[in-house]
Amino acid sequence: MAVALLAEHDLSQLSETTARAVAALGAVGLPVDILVIGANVGVAGGQAAAIEGVRKVRVLDDVALEARGAEALAEILLSLKDEYSHFAAIAGAIGKDVLPRFAAKLDVSPVTDVIAVHGPNRFDRPIYAGNAIETVTCNETKIVLTIRPSAFSPARSDGSAPIEPLATPAASIADAAEFLVAHRTSSDTPDLSTARIVVAGGIALGSVHHFEMIENLASVLGAAVGATRAAVDASYAPNDWQIGQTGKAIAPDLYIAIGISGALQHLAGIQGARKIVAINTDPDAPLMQIADYRLVGDLFEVVPQLTAELEKRLNR
Amino acid sequence: MKILVAVKRVVDHTVRIRVRPDGSGVDTDNAKFSINPFCKHAVEAAVQLAEHGHADEVVAVTIGPAKANDVLLVALAMGADRGIHLVTEERTEPLAVAKLLKAVVEEEKPDLVLLGKQAVDDDANQTGQMLAGLLDWPQATFASAIEVNGDGLKVTREVDYGRATYALKTPAIVTADLRLNEPRNTALPQVMKAKKKPVDTRTAAELGIDIAPRLMVEKVAPPPDRAGGQAVGSVSELVDIIAEVAAGGERA
Repeated sequence: MAVALLAEHDLSQLSETTARAVAALGAVGLPVDILVIGANVGVAGGQAAAIEGVRKVRVLDDVALEARGAEALAEILLSLKDEYSHFAAIAGAIGKDVLPRFAAKLDVSPVTDVIAVHGPNRFDRPIYAGNAIETVTCNETKIVLTIRPSAFSPARSDGSAPIEPLATPAASIADAAEFLVAHRTSSDTPDLSTARIVVAGGIALGSVHHFEMIENLASVLGAAVGATRAAVDASYAPNDWQIGQTGKAIAPDLYIAIGISGALQHLAGIQGARKIVAINTDPDAPLMQIADYRLVGDLFEVVPQLTAELEKRLNR
Repeated sequence: MKILVAVKRVVDHTVRIRVRPDGSGVDTDNAKFSINPFCKHAVEAAVQLAEHGHADEVVAVTIGPAKANDVLLVALAMGADRGIHLVTEERTEPLAVAKLLKAVVEEEKPDLVLLGKQAVDDDANQTGQMLAGLLDWPQATFASAIEVNGDGLKVTREVDYGRATYALKTPAIVTADLRLNEPRNTALPQVMKAKKKPVDTRTAAELGIDIAPRLMVEKVAPPPDRAGGQAVGSVSELVDIIAEVAAGGERA
């Protein structure tokens, strides 16, 4: 048998999270096929074929699948159930939406948000906002997984797997939620869940205007921008910038946390960060306690100075 | 419209849990328990729809130990009309919960089932999607806005690129994200009133559904410790540290 991995992409480009999931699934010990599903996904399909360790790429290109609703994707996966022993997706908004629906239709219990793969049916996943890690064995007839991409390094991209088309299944799709409109956060910063450097701000910024200090520093560093739940709730930052238990999990080489005290729910999303820099007026804040480098200071003085000096240093 | 809203009793989200030294699980013996925060948003959404005249009945359902009647009481105090408590002392996986909820849906025939998008104990984020799959109903997960739109719903979801709006025909499943609303606090008078509301308490076993766990939890371990680091004395010192990583050569 083999593994079917549902690729993550934005229709035009494959997300690097897909290569991370391929690397994660290597430990299953079975061939991995990538399913690239959507509208006009030829480029993403080609990028998937370049991921090392992939047996083949199956592309389902259908204008009707532009929104990639859970109802349609679950039916497509269901039509492939006899071909694979394992079905996996990235634990992003689409994977989280689709895979449990699909698993229920197979009458199997999925393992979501996998952070370590110990073989074909043993996995680690975080519980309680990452304050505990459970190791589970899954003896279901089909193994259904979502993979947390930040927990894995990407597979290399010097492969050349064959690409073949996949037909839309004939089965009728249940009443599906109808996609109306996207409200896209306009940003040219790197993807938060795969960025090498992340700069994030908390409620201490005090306004959407002041939050621009975070964005400016990120821009100088070519970093992704993140935010705490409180900062998003206060509309200082868009929802897709939220880091934490219910937002995105990050694993950058460097995480710069500015005016963030470090609630349990926020810490849940930053466990993969290699090095943490924290800037806060409160030296006792939980995040200051775990930061590799902590600077006690007023962010309104520190951040502009830091940004200006880094800009000079990096010539950007 | 009739709304069914599911609530779960979990270790309070402010409690820093401890893993048992023998790796057998999380020590919850003396922990404070509360209604799962996401479920509270789901209840608030249901009650608001009723208050705005879009729903004539809100039924809250919980599946869990006898003690879980306390979270049902929270839902009733917030404004749900009646409760259903399927009692089980066993560990229930989302698949089992979805199957039990499906049985309740078949009895109650709601037009909308609202759930929290995830529970803060197992962080599974599965139950709503699984219930939608079992019922073959449309689903809108991670909702940050719900509007009634003719005889259907307009739901805005939080997705990886921002937000997206969908139209759903009812019956449908919607799971609540944190920005859906601001759940109300309840005071003693509401709680006293809630205690008089009808609650149908039955054992989950009566439904004759196999709810045995499918996954074997081999062990539970604490996450790797993060030792604290060093204090940095000045901004220019910090510039050196950050510039080294940003320059792309050396990793931090």
